[in-house]
Formats: sequence, structure tokens, C-alpha cells
Amino acid sequence: MRLPVDPMCTADVATGAYSDERHAYDVQGASFCYDKLPGRESRWVLSDVSLHVEAGEILGIVGPNGSGKTSLVKLLAKLAVPQRGTLSLFGGNLADLSREETARTVAFVPQESPPAFSFTVAETVLMGRYPHRRQSRWSLGFGWEDREDCAAAAQAMATMDIGHLASRAVTDLSGGERQRTMIARALAQTPRVLLLDEPTAFLDLQHQLEICSVLRRLTDEQGLTVVIVSHDLNLASQYCDRIVMLKEGSMYSIGTPAEVLSVEALLAVYGCEVLIDPHPESGLPRITLPRQVVPFRS
Amino acid sequence: MMPSVGHSTSPAPALTSPPLPSTSRHSSAPMTGHERPFQGAILTPVRWCVIMGSLSVVALILAVVCLQLGTQYIGLGKLISVLSSALLDQPTDNDVLKTTNVILLQVRLPRVFLGFLVGVCLASVGVALQALLRNPLADPYVLGVSSGAALGVAVAVLFGIGTTVLAFSLLPVCGFLGGLVALLVVYRMAATYDRLPIHSVLLAGVILNAIFSALIMFITSIMEPNRSFGMMAWLMGSLTAPAYPALAALSVYLLAGLFLLFKQVRVLNILALGEEPARSLGIDTERAKRVIFLVSALLTGAVVSVSGMIGFIGMIIPHAVRLVIGADHRLLLPASALVGGIFLMVADTMARTFFVPSEVPVGIITALAGGPFFVYLLVWRKDRLV
Repeated sequence: MRLPVDPMCTADVATGAYSDERHAYDVQGASFCYDKLPGRESRWVLSDVSLHVEAGEILGIVGPNGSGKTSLVKLLAKLAVPQRGTLSLFGGNLADLSREETARTVAFVPQESPPAFSFTVAETVLMGRYPHRRQSRWSLGFGWEDREDCAAAAQAMATMDIGHLASRAVTDLSGGERQRTMIARALAQTPRVLLLDEPTAFLDLQHQLEICSVLRRLTDEQGLTVVIVSHDLNLASQYCDRIVMLKEGSMYSIGTPAEVLSVEALLAVYGCEVLIDPHPESGLPRITLPRQVVPFRS
Repeated sequence: MMPSVGHSTSPAPALTSPPLPSTSRHSSAPMTGHERPFQGAILTPVRWCVIMGSLSVVALILAVVCLQLGTQYIGLGKLISVLSSALLDQPTDNDVLKTTNVILLQVRLPRVFLGFLVGVCLASVGVALQALLRNPLADPYVLGVSSGAALGVAVAVLFGIGTTVLAFSLLPVCGFLGGLVALLVVYRMAATYDRLPIHSVLLAGVILNAIFSALIMFITSIMEPNRSFGMMAWLMGSLTAPAYPALAALSVYLLAGLFLLFKQVRVLNILALGEEPARSLGIDTERAKRVIFLVSALLTGAVVSVSGMIGFIGMIIPHAVRLVIGADHRLLLPASALVGGIFLMVADTMARTFFVPSEVPVGIITALAGGPFFVYLLVWRKDRLV
């Protein structure tokens, strides 16, 4: 069901920037390394990654440390540009999209970093409205938020259940509240794609579950596409529609949790034997660490 | 799914039903019920005007008081009559008024004005650098930008550029170049993997300060004694107002820099979140960094070339103002600018009235106020520094 299109956003349609509504991302042979000129010694952080991200799914990116998870999500967020290969966003070439157009479509929540200044929660969430600001020669960079901005921010804060924290300083929040604030900031961007880098890393069980179920609800109800980098294989298994497993910068496998998370695959990628049984509620694979492992076997 | 509603027929109840992200992105549905949803939590234009208005009034009143004070006290009535006659261009034939006229118009007014302007610039640069480096202790003095600028000016003076006709236009440029080099070196030294740890930024500033101070000392020591004495007095930070045409040129230069900085207020807000979040919000961070670095070096260079090393204003003022009015740079930057101007104006008045007939360099007063504040932040407010 589509709302009537405001004349302001018909520009995208007219230029045909977004032609493919089914695939949020189409990554073809992307290779990336951090040095500007890849020499013989420099290691490809990602090599020849090709994948689709369907619109409206939750895609999990898993893999051991240093396997290129964060780099992949940065490529998707256009924070890094691949040396080889192409990325397209809803059918439009990501490299051709302007920064602001990308920011109106894709929101990125980086790994937790402590805030330096005592912005209030409401101020922080409203920063997500920056790509939607009305540009005018006379605003001198001030650009006061209008009602639409406040409505979107209030909505995002209600979704993440931080409405009661609006006037608290982000420096005084607990880790969970801060992470929810950061996700609310991303939601205030009203994106079509939400990229999250380890969103549950520092959260307790209850907050992990809450954030994952909110993400599930947003994809189911509003068609949001979510790409989530996670260390937690069990969380990925329960909440992701599909999982990409990376090993040393290349794709090891992609598919549903049941297809990707097998004892053999985890042994090959992580180098340790785990126990896998069906989750008692969902029947999806559940990973359990064994009591003893031989240390550092590859 | 939310029912499809047109804008004209019924407004979307924005707080109860989720909008479709893909399509309602630009819809301008008016909010019902919640006219001001974040009362007290965000900066509003009304609050901005109230705070800036009252600060301007305070600045004006204190400027008048600073004009009155000095070796000779000037009453309010006399002050107003002198100022109004100067404005209306009426020559006076009263001898007493003539002396007052000279003291007020040739000495105090340019000096108070210069003090205010320098304070405004130092506080604004402090705000910008703190946001850019995500470091509440950043300050052009602490980071070595001031000493870089001072070195540039000292080199220029050593090679005699300072004595030519172009002195006024060239000294700020040399200061600008010195400050820019210092800023870039600090940034390069401290940046590790896209992050700027607070302590490595400070350490880089300390190291640069030490190197630049040594070079300035060297230059001072090889100068002729009379010039090196002037150099020392300037280095300690003193406001000696130039003649009106030069002052006007300096003001234009500084106001242009301030204007460029003020255009970046919203970008500063987001840069304070971190570089990656800022880029993901569509900000060209490299360009923003370049602009802020250049303008900061420009302002610091010009300020140092006229007033020497006046320290800590760029750190104390933004910090104190942030504690009171919050972190939003749309208000923080102009409010800090005004408070910085007021602070330096008052400090300079103290410097020239407390030890009459001699005068203390104002840099000593600001350093005596700022140093302990810095220690206080570092020792007792570690929680604020992370």
C-alpha cells in the first residue's frame, strides 16, 4: 500500500535512481582493502563478494574476528568504496548516488562509542533528520527542525521506547539506553535500509531480545530492510531471515540459518567443533559450545 | 499497515501509527495534539533569542563599565556626551572634555573593542575544535595552534616583514600559516584508525607547544635587545589596539572567519557524534574538516598576530557555557562567542586597572583563571572526559 507521493520526492522517480524495488542491495564482485593502492603485501579485507539483499528481510553477517564483517557493512553504508566490483541500491548504482540521497535511504548504526558531549537524547535523535533538512540560502546552517522532523523523531523514540529519556543527556545513560538512542537516531532518518554493526554487543539479555524483536516488527510491518553484523550466532539464527558467513574476507556461504549454520561449516570457518540442535521453540539451529575444545586447532 | 490517507483529507496521527518508511519520507502531515513534543529537551528559536538577547544586553552593559574604568574614571554622563558628540561629529572646545575625548576614543574604545573581538574569536575557535576533535579540552592554546601562529609571526618579524608597510596584512597571514601547520600536525599525530583519543590529542599539543616555544625563544634570543623586549611583551598576551583603519580591517577579516564558522553549526553538532555517523548522515566530513581547520587557523593566526598568546579562553568558556545551556552548537557557538568576548573584555580591564600605573599582560590573567579550571576538569570531572 503506498501513500500519495509528495512532489518533493518524485525527483528520485523521475531520474530513475531506484528502479529495482525487490532487491535492496545487489553486490557484484566487491573487493576492498584499506590501502589506497592495493600492492602485493596489502591484504584484501574483502575479496570478490557477491550477494543480494532482498527488500524487507533481515540479513545477518557473521564470521570470526577480522573476517571483514564491518568492512562489508561499511561498503553497504557507502562509508567505504570498493576498489573492484559494483554495489547497487534498489537498482541504482550506489557510487552515483549523492551522499544526502544515500543518507535518506540508508541509515547506519556504528559500533558503540562513548559520546563526548552532553547532547540530550532528543537532540541526538533529531540529528537523524539532517539529510531531510530544507536547504535555504538564508538559514545560515541553523536549519531549525520543523514539525515533520519532530514527528519522525518522536515516532523513532517511541519505537525504541526512549520517549521518557528525551531530556536526559546521552553522557548519563546506561549502555543499553545509549544504544537504543543511536538506533532511534537511525530510525528518525526514515530509511528504507537499516545497517547495524554489533547492535547487541554490550547489551544484557532483555535489551538484546527487545532490540531484535523491534527490528523484526519494523521489517514485518513497514517493509524495512535490515542488515545486521553480529558475533552472536544464536541471535542471528533466531532473528535473521538469511545469514551470510564470511571467512577471511570472502563469502563462505549464504542462505537461511538452517542452511548456513551447520557443524561442518562452523568447524571450517571458526575452527572449532560446536553442538547444534533445533531450538525448542522455533526449530531453528541452536549453537552450543562444547565443554572442552583443543585450543588453537585450525 | 497504516491506512492510506491523503494529506488534505485527514492528518496522519503521527505518534500512534508508524508511517511507511519508503513513501512518507517527505510527507508534510501536520501533527495533531503534540505541537511541541520535546518541551525543554531541544533548542527552540524562542530559547535561542532569549539567551542571545540577554547575553547581548549584558555584553553592552559591561562594555560601558569597562569604558568607564581606567586610570581616570569617566562618569556615565560624560561618557555618553563624548560618545554622542563623536557620533554626531560635533567638535568640543571644552579642554577637560577634549582630554576625556582622547582617552576614551583613542585609547579605551579601540582596546575594549579589540578585547571583545579577540575573546569572541578564541571562544568560537575553541568550540569548533572541541566538536571536531570530540574533545572537551581542545583549545587553540593547549593544542599548540597559538604557538604555531606565534612562531609564524615571530619568523615574519625576524626577517623584517613586520616593519614594512604591508605589516598589517602580512602578519596575520604568517600567523595563519603557522597555526595551520600546527593544527595539521596535531591531527596527524593524534589520529589513530579514524579515532582521536583525547589524551593523544593533548599529548600531541604538549609536544608541539614545547617545540614551538623553543623555536620562539631561539628567535627572541637572536634579536636585538629592544626588539626582543617588545616580542616578549607581545608573547605574554597583551591587547594593544592598532589605529582605527587597521582595527577595521582586522574586524572584517575576523568577522568573515566567524561567519564561515557559524555556517557550520549543524555540521558541528553531528561531527561531535563521530566521523562515521556524520558521514552516514550525508555530511562531507573531509570538506567540513578542511573548512573548520582552515577557519580556525585563520582566526587564531589573526588573533595571535595582534594580541599574542592569550590562553585558555577557548577551553574554559565553551565548557562553562555548555554546562549551562546544553551542547547544541546552534546556541553554544554564538553564546560562547559572546561570553568569550565579555570575559576577555573584563579580564583586560582588570589587567589595566588593578596595578595602576603599571599594566599586567592579560594573558597572565586568563592563564591564571584557565589553568586551575583545566586541572579541575582533568582531576575531578573525569567522567565528563571519558
